[in-house]
Amino acid sequence: MNNIFNYIDRPSPIHSLTGAAKFVCLMLWSFAAMTTYDTRMLAGLVILGLILFRVGRIRIKDVSFVFSFMAFFLVVNTIMLYVFAPHHGSEIYGTCTYLLGSGRMGLTAEQLFYQFNYILKFFATIPVVLLFVSTTNPSEFAASLNKIGVKYSIAYAVALALRYIPDIQKQYHEISQASQARGIEMSRKAPLTERLKAASGILIPLILTSMSRIDTISNAMELRSFGKKRRRTWYMERPFAPADLVAMLLCALLILISVWLTYVNQGRYYNPFK
Amino acid sequence: MDRDILLQFSDFGFQYNAQSGPTLFDIDLTLKRGERILIAGPSGCGKSTLVHCINGLIPFSYKGKMTGSLKIKGRESRDLSLFEISHTVGTVLQDSDAQFVGMTVAEDIAFALENDCVGEPLLHEGVMEAAKLVNVNDYLTHAPGELSGGQKQRVSVAGVLVDDVDILVFDEPLANLDPATGKQAIELIDDMQKKTGAAVIIVEHRLEDVLHRSVDRVVLMSEGRIVADVPADELLSGTLLSDCGVREPLYITALKYAGVDITADKHPASLDTIKLTDDDKKKVLKWYENAARKQDGGSMPELLKADKLDFTYENGKVHALRDISVSFTQGEMAAIVGTNGAGKSTFAKVICGFENQTGGHIYYKGGDFDGLSIKERAESIGYVMQNPNQMISKVFIYDEVALGLVTRGLPQDEIDKRVEKALRICGLWRMRKWPVSALSFGQKKRVTIASILVLDPEMIILDEPTAGQDYRHYTEIMEFLLDLNRQGITVVMVTHDMHLMLEYADRAVVFSQGKIIADDKCYSILTDPEIIRQASLKETSLYELAVKCGIDDGTDFVRHFIEFERAHRSEAGLDE
Repeated sequence: MNNIFNYIDRPSPIHSLTGAAKFVCLMLWSFAAMTTYDTRMLAGLVILGLILFRVGRIRIKDVSFVFSFMAFFLVVNTIMLYVFAPHHGSEIYGTCTYLLGSGRMGLTAEQLFYQFNYILKFFATIPVVLLFVSTTNPSEFAASLNKIGVKYSIAYAVALALRYIPDIQKQYHEISQASQARGIEMSRKAPLTERLKAASGILIPLILTSMSRIDTISNAMELRSFGKKRRRTWYMERPFAPADLVAMLLCALLILISVWLTYVNQGRYYNPFK
Repeated sequence: MDRDILLQFSDFGFQYNAQSGPTLFDIDLTLKRGERILIAGPSGCGKSTLVHCINGLIPFSYKGKMTGSLKIKGRESRDLSLFEISHTVGTVLQDSDAQFVGMTVAEDIAFALENDCVGEPLLHEGVMEAAKLVNVNDYLTHAPGELSGGQKQRVSVAGVLVDDVDILVFDEPLANLDPATGKQAIELIDDMQKKTGAAVIIVEHRLEDVLHRSVDRVVLMSEGRIVADVPADELLSGTLLSDCGVREPLYITALKYAGVDITADKHPASLDTIKLTDDDKKKVLKWYENAARKQDGGSMPELLKADKLDFTYENGKVHALRDISVSFTQGEMAAIVGTNGAGKSTFAKVICGFENQTGGHIYYKGGDFDGLSIKERAESIGYVMQNPNQMISKVFIYDEVALGLVTRGLPQDEIDKRVEKALRICGLWRMRKWPVSALSFGQKKRVTIASILVLDPEMIILDEPTAGQDYRHYTEIMEFLLDLNRQGITVVMVTHDMHLMLEYADRAVVFSQGKIIADDKCYSILTDPEIIRQASLKETSLYELAVKCGIDDGTDFVRHFIEFERAHRSEAGLDE
């Protein structure tokens, strides 16, 4: 079965970094990618991200579902961006070079370049987020969230939610099989609207069974003193190792580059049209 | 004040805020250090509520009105906090799968310590110590879900023991375990009690299995009251158990059938302790020898046949079914048994078309079944899941049952006719306009069976039809299935309940590690030590009783018991 959004246990250098270090790296990386629109930097981040995927031994196949889901939003977003602000690129870069047509909906080289950067930005950040999720043990993730100041009840809720995703997937699968036996067509033979309707029918039993599980688990947690003190310790918490410090330093360097580029470009954008 | 008294209920009562009347009345109960008590009673008798009062979920999570007094180590429970109580009372909940909070075994055991802010190195040491105590220290990095049922229970126990509690509460510890693992669980509880000196409360309706190791007292509950608080020997010699709808041990039933007078001084709590006089043994022997031998009926035509089925997944890495050849005849009532992961559910799924076999063929009434879709197969073979909540998607009973017909586009009058028939068979016609949510678990089960029956299958496969049901509901569901079977529907049940096998199935197919290791009458299977071992079953106490009474052919004794019991039951059924 396809994994939606889940920790994949496959020993690698990235897996062995502590959760907290990885979380800091993710934040630094995202911040660096957010601040800049410099094409060279973004392209660099995309390539670096792909290399890290290899190092972390995560295959594109493992994350293809979320990835295609996000890619779909990217496409919609790109189209919307063009429809609502077809001259945003010209406003940024200060020139207006028509490639196709003219007037309001005319396609300019500047707009094309701007939207290209926009897409690059997506490819520079999303893969790293997926990499983080697939290489970080949820409980370590919770521990690291807590370490950077998130309340532990919230941190634990996040970890539990991540942990239950595979279970819920399995349940969905079972319920869908049973309803197929009763004649509800879920395969590609049925039109999309029918399939969506059928899938929504599965949601009711899925939600009901999940609710009763939530009730049980919250009782189980309370009976074992969850929420008793303001702080708690974490079995999976590890002290930082040299590798963690190196990783965090490297990611901090990315921010420096990003800031330096902003200074060099005199703005967030790299302008090849000048 | 007696320092050894851990728990003292006096004139205690409780009423949930959402309910119009109290759930518990006049509870007087004392638990001393090191005592072991069993709380038994049918569903709805208040035993879960009592457990919630003991572990503090009442009044802290479930709100309601308490009357009288409950003292935990001398202090009123309402003056304590849930967390204070949890240091005294450790609870192992019924469904160990649902209560795992940690990603790995180690984290799950560590949970209580983490919440108590225990730092390193005490945290790792504490976990290791608790893990060693229950012997799961080799599995610390495994996910709890990967473990077997028995190991899961060990992890849950470790998670509670790590806190050094005075009272251990086990809420239906046997509910999800196969017979052999259940036996080990009871031994584990007993060992833990001896090692830690804690008091133990076991809540369970499977009396015979719990009494495998001795308990000090049995507290029998009925309709919110404690009706007995006596040693097991005393309870088993009266009729209180059956009056309250709790199943007595099978050997006791057999002794009663044979006319043996059971008294407390015979120590009937376990077959190991029971003292039978020569006169008693003679009675049993006579009862056995006077039995009429019933001939097996003629054979019926074959309905479903699996021929050399093979099933692998994850690119052949997991071999779930190997060379499965088995057939089911029209009108039979059969059981498929085996441990978790033995392949019995996978087999059912392959038959229904949810999974496709990687080798072999399935024939239905001699015709090819392989080429049919899930939907087409469902018109011949219905599949009922263990948890009815997973199958029900409509608000009203009528709509739920009609769903399969509506999606098949049948005309309305045909749908009405078939739904009515199915609802009448299942005894739900009166409730057809009710919302499903108003039903009990057993009634929901019937709704799911009705929604399968409307498709007119000749065979239904049920996954654990009676899991988690008390004796009364168990009997209700099984009698209903028996009735369906008498109307000509072939019933196949995937189960690890040995009582169910003995009492209702004609035949059992035993799975072990993806293979069929036996396919025979239930009484032969439950008396064959080698099969019992491989399939993680347990020898029935009837067999031991036969040995004790000097009967050579124990298997035949079990067979006689079953036949006697069935005749007895159908007579009782006619009386109603």
